[in-house]
Amino acid sequence: MKGLLIISSLGLVAMLAEIFKVKKLLLPITLLGLVAAYALNFLEWKNGMSISYFDNMVGFDKPAIAFSGIIIATAFFWFILANDYFEKDSNLTDHFALVLFAIVGSLMLTSFKNMTTLFLGIEIMSIPLYVLAASKKGDIKSHEAGFKYLIMGSFASAFLLFGIALIYGACGSFDLGEISTYIASKSGDIPLFFYVGVMMMLIAMCFKVSAAPFHFWAPDVYEGSPTLITALMSTIVKTAAFAAIMRLFLIGFAGVSEVWTGILALIIDLSLIIANFSAAMQNSVKRMLAYSSISHAAFMLMVILANVRSNISIDALVYYSLAYSIGSITAFGVLYNVTRGGNENIDAFNGLSKRNPLLALCMAIAMLSLAGIPVTAGFFAKYFVFTTMIGTSFKWLLILAILTSAIGAYYYLKVIIAMYFKPNTEQQTVPVETSNTAVIMITTILTVVIGLSPGFIAQMFKF
Amino acid sequence: MLIVLLILFPLLASLILFFSKTSNSRNLALFFASVEFVLSLVVFLQYKSNPGSAQLSYSCEWVESLRINFSVGVDGLSLLMVLLSTFLVPIILLTSFKNTYENSHNFYGLILLMQMALVGVFVANDGFLFYVFWELALIPIYFICLLWGGENRGVITFKFFIYTLFGSLFMLIGLIYLYNHTNLDGMKSWAVQDLYDAGRSLSASQQGAVFWLIFIAFAIKMPIFPFHTWQPDTYVVAPTQGTMLLSGIMLKMGTFGTIKWLLPMVPLGLEKWGGTAVGLSVIGIIYASIIAISQKDFKRLIAYSSIAHVGLISAGILSANQQGIQGAIMQMLAHGVNVVGLFFIADILLRHTGTREIDKLGGIRNMNGNFAVLFLIVLLGSVALPLTNGFIGEFLLINGVYQYSSMMAAFAGLTVILGAVYMLRSYQNIMLGERKDSNLSFGALAASDKAVLIIICTVIIAFGVYPKPLNDLAEQGAKTIIELMK
Repeated sequence: MKGLLIISSLGLVAMLAEIFKVKKLLLPITLLGLVAAYALNFLEWKNGMSISYFDNMVGFDKPAIAFSGIIIATAFFWFILANDYFEKDSNLTDHFALVLFAIVGSLMLTSFKNMTTLFLGIEIMSIPLYVLAASKKGDIKSHEAGFKYLIMGSFASAFLLFGIALIYGACGSFDLGEISTYIASKSGDIPLFFYVGVMMMLIAMCFKVSAAPFHFWAPDVYEGSPTLITALMSTIVKTAAFAAIMRLFLIGFAGVSEVWTGILALIIDLSLIIANFSAAMQNSVKRMLAYSSISHAAFMLMVILANVRSNISIDALVYYSLAYSIGSITAFGVLYNVTRGGNENIDAFNGLSKRNPLLALCMAIAMLSLAGIPVTAGFFAKYFVFTTMIGTSFKWLLILAILTSAIGAYYYLKVIIAMYFKPNTEQQTVPVETSNTAVIMITTILTVVIGLSPGFIAQMFKF
Repeated sequence: MLIVLLILFPLLASLILFFSKTSNSRNLALFFASVEFVLSLVVFLQYKSNPGSAQLSYSCEWVESLRINFSVGVDGLSLLMVLLSTFLVPIILLTSFKNTYENSHNFYGLILLMQMALVGVFVANDGFLFYVFWELALIPIYFICLLWGGENRGVITFKFFIYTLFGSLFMLIGLIYLYNHTNLDGMKSWAVQDLYDAGRSLSASQQGAVFWLIFIAFAIKMPIFPFHTWQPDTYVVAPTQGTMLLSGIMLKMGTFGTIKWLLPMVPLGLEKWGGTAVGLSVIGIIYASIIAISQKDFKRLIAYSSIAHVGLISAGILSANQQGIQGAIMQMLAHGVNVVGLFFIADILLRHTGTREIDKLGGIRNMNGNFAVLFLIVLLGSVALPLTNGFIGEFLLINGVYQYSSMMAAFAGLTVILGAVYMLRSYQNIMLGERKDSNLSFGALAASDKAVLIIICTVIIAFGVYPKPLNDLAEQGAKTIIELMK
């Protein structure tokens, strides 16, 4: 909770910085603030109490704090990566504020206890991102991305609101706890429009995590936005959206799971197939990562589908988010540095192992992790998903997940092959700032460490 | 602790090589690999004197919450496999002395990394650990083939990687399924013994499903017909040392896995589906032999002959009787040594004459008699002549398959005849007669080449004449498995 407050005030400071001319100090202040937020978050974790604030509008229980931790840590790395991106820009302070407010929204999504907070969280997170997606001035693709994102996002918000309204109509409350008691007490006697509401919310949330068939915006938006904003969207936003889905469906609507599991299985199905086949055909690495993020979304949705209302499935989701976030930060960090010249196709990576061996190595490890090869973090993430799924009646989804994982290996390897095997076509070296190298190296090391001792992390996130 | 050292030492050695960047990396690698071989001999002696020694097994917690242990140990079977790989790796390194590779420190580092994963696969006593080493072995060999391979390696190694990864994931699901059925004082467990128990508690149809989930991974690795399509291309395109690792040792991961991680786990599944699997293996023997006969490239011919050999091995294993399994173990050792020898000969031919095309060679015996003799010995080992190392294994294998089904044995036995046909014919075309191309010349062998061939030939003859020490271990290993299956 204190983390949420700190980051909100950081956002305000960033807006005021324009007036008080402390632009230079903004980055250090933000980083310090994030460290403080993380530390306070960690202390709350240590205390182990779950406290609700503001008349039960938000509540920081253990899963919420765990997800917040991942988001704050990712944000910290992201700001370091982004330092020179901000420098080039004249509207520095606005950008800072927008990103910080997006993070505030994400934190609200991890901890909402009430449908209104959920809606507020989604809007606070999304609106800055619409602006940021379009922030590459004069680039038509970026404008298109922002516009598309806005339209699609508003659609999803409308669905969400409608769903909330229907559910409110049935049970007379926005409170998650009360909704689940309503379901428990009225079993068999629930009006049809309640289920319609649940479906609408499911659709809206799937929009946000870009699961197929609601994914059409994702590749264009990911490609058009500035690379770092794409990194933000595919890490922090994804993690937050999944935390929200988990809360909504595993706590709120768990009682009516028979209504939504079938549809969700279908969505996962489509996501796995469409995402992996499309990713395999992409030439642009950024688009490839966009599709791959859809496939990872399908994996995380599987955990929700398994609906083991025990710790295992929350564990699995937290671990997956962590592994995916750090893997993506590495991948996008490398991508950002490699594609400075503007060429975002896979041949930009040709011969990277000669031009910058360190960057190539980090990228290779990130790709192996995203493909789920042991002993990287991505492997254990997949492993946890498999273990939660194997106890359910959706075993056929597992087989599909394996088949599509093999396709996944194909397109991740394509990057590795380009780096190590294709001859140089670009300029000789890739200049990388020390701070960027540091972040990329830290996240790479984390990928391996978490892969080598998943027990340590699993221990940490025991609920 | 000794056994942990056996895994850690090559890992450490490979790291040293990666970072040393010395130009002398191959000598350094050879030194490390020899030390590793000596270490494995120490383990062997320990095992001989006291099989229950605490030095020979080790266990500690790796991921406590998932009950995954770093648990390793040797028995007769795994000890033989460890010996095979620690013996072959120095030989393989020695074969590279006449080739120069770019960035050789990475090349040799990857080979040693591969050795670490292979030894890990053979000694793992924890299902999860086994899987991790199994997957880990794929990464170095993939890079070896990708970075130092021949023409068109991008596409081919791709296929190889994805094919094997695909199989492994099925195995993972099979293992997780078994893990979910383990029950050790109310907790789950990854220990091999508990997985055996879990497997046996399943119903016949469940066991059948697990059988296929796990067997597919092994079948792809070996490879068994119809999962073999990655193999010939990959073998041909890989650098010689990569081919040797793939065929000499990595192939044995599949057969070893079938013996240790499949047979005792799902006896009912085996009963139900074993016949089909043996059938596929036998089809593979005949199919690969016939294709081998018509091959023009000698290296490709050996690749197909390897499919035929491994088909017989897997038929023997799946027959699941004492002779079959014992023969399979013996044949795995013999095939490992012989196939490395054959691939090396293909490499020597290419280096001296610039071609591996059987039809373009000829009359080499007149130019280099020593080479002709050494080649002949390796070849006779490969066609399993009595008094060579290949004989005892093949004999036991056919015996084992015969006990399972005389019909299958009749077809499997064709391998003896067909093997002789393609091997002797290629020898005749390559070595005997007059040279077909007047430009063809074949000088004296280099010292390191000669050393390798002489070592291999010595092993072929020595263990053909006196197979007892290995055979005792193999017999014991087979007995343990048969016991477990009851």
